[in-house]
Amino acid sequence: MASMFTRMLSGRNTAVIMASLGAGTLVSSYVMMTESGVSAGEKKKLYPPSADFPDLRKHNNCMAATLTPTIYGSLRDKLTPNNWSLDQCIQTGVDNPGHPFIKTVGMVAGDEESYEVFAGIFNPVIKDRHNGYDPTTMKHPTDLDSSKITSGMFDENYVLSSRVRTGRSIRGLSLPPACTRAERREVERVVVQALSGLKEDLAGKYYSLTEMTEQEQQQLIDDHFLFDKPVSPLLTCAGMARDWPDARGIWHNNEKTFLIWINEEDHSRVISMEKGGNMKRVFERFCRGLKEVERLIQERGWEFMWNEHLGYILTCPSNLGTGLRAGVHVRLPLLSKDLRFNKILDNLRLQKRGTGGVDTAAVGDTFDISNLDRLGKSEVELVQCVIDGVNYLIDCEKNLEKGQDITVPPPVTQFRK
Amino acid sequence: MPFGNTHNQLKMNYSAEQEYPDLSKHNNHMAKVLTPEMYASLRDKQTPSGFTLDDVIQTGVDNPGHPFIMTVGCVAGDEETYEVFKDLLDPIIEDRHGGYKPTDKHKTDLNPDNLQGGDDLDPNYVLSSRVRTGRSIRGFCLPPHCSRGERRGIESLSVEALGVLDGDLNGKYYALKDMTDEEQQQLIDDHFLFDKPVSPLLLASGMARDWPDGRGIWHNDNKTFLVWVNEEDHLRVISMQKGGNMKEVFNRFCTGLTKIEELFKEKGHEFMWNEHLGYVLTCPSNLGTGLRGGVHVKLPNVSKHEKFSEILKRLRLQKRGTGGVDTAAVGGVFDISNADRLGFSEVELVQMVVDGVKLLVEMEKRLEAGQSIDDLMPEQK
Repeated sequence: MASMFTRMLSGRNTAVIMASLGAGTLVSSYVMMTESGVSAGEKKKLYPPSADFPDLRKHNNCMAATLTPTIYGSLRDKLTPNNWSLDQCIQTGVDNPGHPFIKTVGMVAGDEESYEVFAGIFNPVIKDRHNGYDPTTMKHPTDLDSSKITSGMFDENYVLSSRVRTGRSIRGLSLPPACTRAERREVERVVVQALSGLKEDLAGKYYSLTEMTEQEQQQLIDDHFLFDKPVSPLLTCAGMARDWPDARGIWHNNEKTFLIWINEEDHSRVISMEKGGNMKRVFERFCRGLKEVERLIQERGWEFMWNEHLGYILTCPSNLGTGLRAGVHVRLPLLSKDLRFNKILDNLRLQKRGTGGVDTAAVGDTFDISNLDRLGKSEVELVQCVIDGVNYLIDCEKNLEKGQDITVPPPVTQFRK
Repeated sequence: MPFGNTHNQLKMNYSAEQEYPDLSKHNNHMAKVLTPEMYASLRDKQTPSGFTLDDVIQTGVDNPGHPFIMTVGCVAGDEETYEVFKDLLDPIIEDRHGGYKPTDKHKTDLNPDNLQGGDDLDPNYVLSSRVRTGRSIRGFCLPPHCSRGERRGIESLSVEALGVLDGDLNGKYYALKDMTDEEQQQLIDDHFLFDKPVSPLLLASGMARDWPDGRGIWHNDNKTFLVWVNEEDHLRVISMQKGGNMKEVFNRFCTGLTKIEELFKEKGHEFMWNEHLGYVLTCPSNLGTGLRGGVHVKLPNVSKHEKFSEILKRLRLQKRGTGGVDTAAVGGVFDISNADRLGFSEVELVQMVVDGVKLLVEMEKRLEAGQSIDDLMPEQK
């Protein structure tokens, strides 16, 4: 490890503070400046990166597995054009060593440029999280043509509801961990204005969290639409809950099948859903709605954050690419007790969650089953993967009902490299 | 956020009106004081270490109110915060600290001999006595703003200084991230262990970042003198014991604090202090002495008396549950402590507690015996 030395300067001169990390123990030696009023820039130079390197020994997230003192040293003093720093990207991962159910990413972007300026850490994290996807060499396919979907109607004896969600960020405005109040309000204004242009089955209404009435709030809760101030420390440590509930809100169409969250974990989360098993229709509405919203913001000179390597840019690296989670609530009482259940899900590139969402465990026999992947495959490919996979799970369940055996399917191929 | 002049320049692209927080549902000192005009005049400023107005007020924006107390709603990121943002903080200090003016001077008195009595609070009623304060090390940023390197520096300096204490004050440091399960259990059983803050008041200001890095607890072998490192302040110093001998508690408090300050000075450091604000701490509510001296005392009858609140007010005392600031009283046992921090010396505040608690116990005994307490009603101090 780095060697340690001190330099003493007497009296009122500002002095240099050096610290070093020994293996497992902190050995430091300091000389204090006796004058206050050292500028932020000077203050940073007083502490070498080794003094600030986080203690990640008890951590289990993608950031902790990837961040070395060397990478930290090379990136610590850099800033994005919006003055966002590496420490701010990784704070959530430092504060949250692990999660009981999932390996978390442990870092967030504060703006579109974060992925560029801090590519030294983001790229390996992206590679780790997205199964070897290399942003420097690979391109991400975007495909929102829902007509390509086949067999998108599930057996409704098993599938209770179908849902597709993604996120979209408005280019030029900082992301939720970093945005100022004015930026956040601008995001709200831009998106709400665009949504007001939606027509027919997509026509709807916006409910601002600061202004909704008690009745509106109750209705939204009953519809399971209302999102609450985040309590997950993964989000609060990243600063996403600042100024709550300012500029947060929910928009939904009159039919309650197309829903937008504004300024929760991303600028916007777009959700298409309905009861039952008609995933094809859910996805069709999803694609149509998204394209229409994009057209409407472009009319006013705005666009979504997107590039050909990372696809749609969102706050959490886990949501890059499509940002898409397509899933169902499905009853699998027998299959879920089978020892091969997890392996089957793995090979089908599917993930199970409780019906309360990512931080919950399944209750009873009903699971939330959705795609694992986000980046490297297109929206159409991922939804088709869910459709094929869930149909397979239902077939397994039916076989088990009849006392027949099931087989573990071969692994679905990864993205083309 | 550390060196978080992040976004301050970006915000200048938007008007003050566009950035001004919505405080319409808020009830804290910051919300009462921060007008749009004040926001506009202060928002482009930052302290030398990069702490901005929005950093100061974030906790107050995120926490509109508290069920039991009127919160301050802002924090300092460094010593200079109180200077750079004095237009905001002076009126808050005035409102919070009983009319303390920007020109007032604060008296520091840590001479325990100046305390009269205090060694004879009835232990049948007074279960325990405690005095706490905080100290900040000059030249380092405060918990909302410090970097990991700074926080570790504070820990290192503190552990070194505390390691020199001897005699009655001989003790040991337990770093939160290195302690064994047994040590942890012992500290919990002793009611010494502090946990990662869960109060949104603290979390929203960034004080819990990097937990438990750089945090720890030091206590003497007798378990009567305790120092928290890097919780809500750089140092929180606590003297405590069972029973009602507040004089002994305060003696140890002063002796220990004075020794610690000497040890820091020997190494070329000092505590943040000035003659206007006294000891400078993270929360404006703890300026001056930063001292909360109190007891856990059984007052089942007095507490139900219709004039209880009025009595406390006149005695300049405050009640809390025995779990601390965010709790309610259980079983008639109250935490009674001084309400003031700034504008009175340490001796004066502990004197108020000693005298006030003595009176409350006397009232309790009267009410137990079915007698009136009207003749015992105190004047406003």
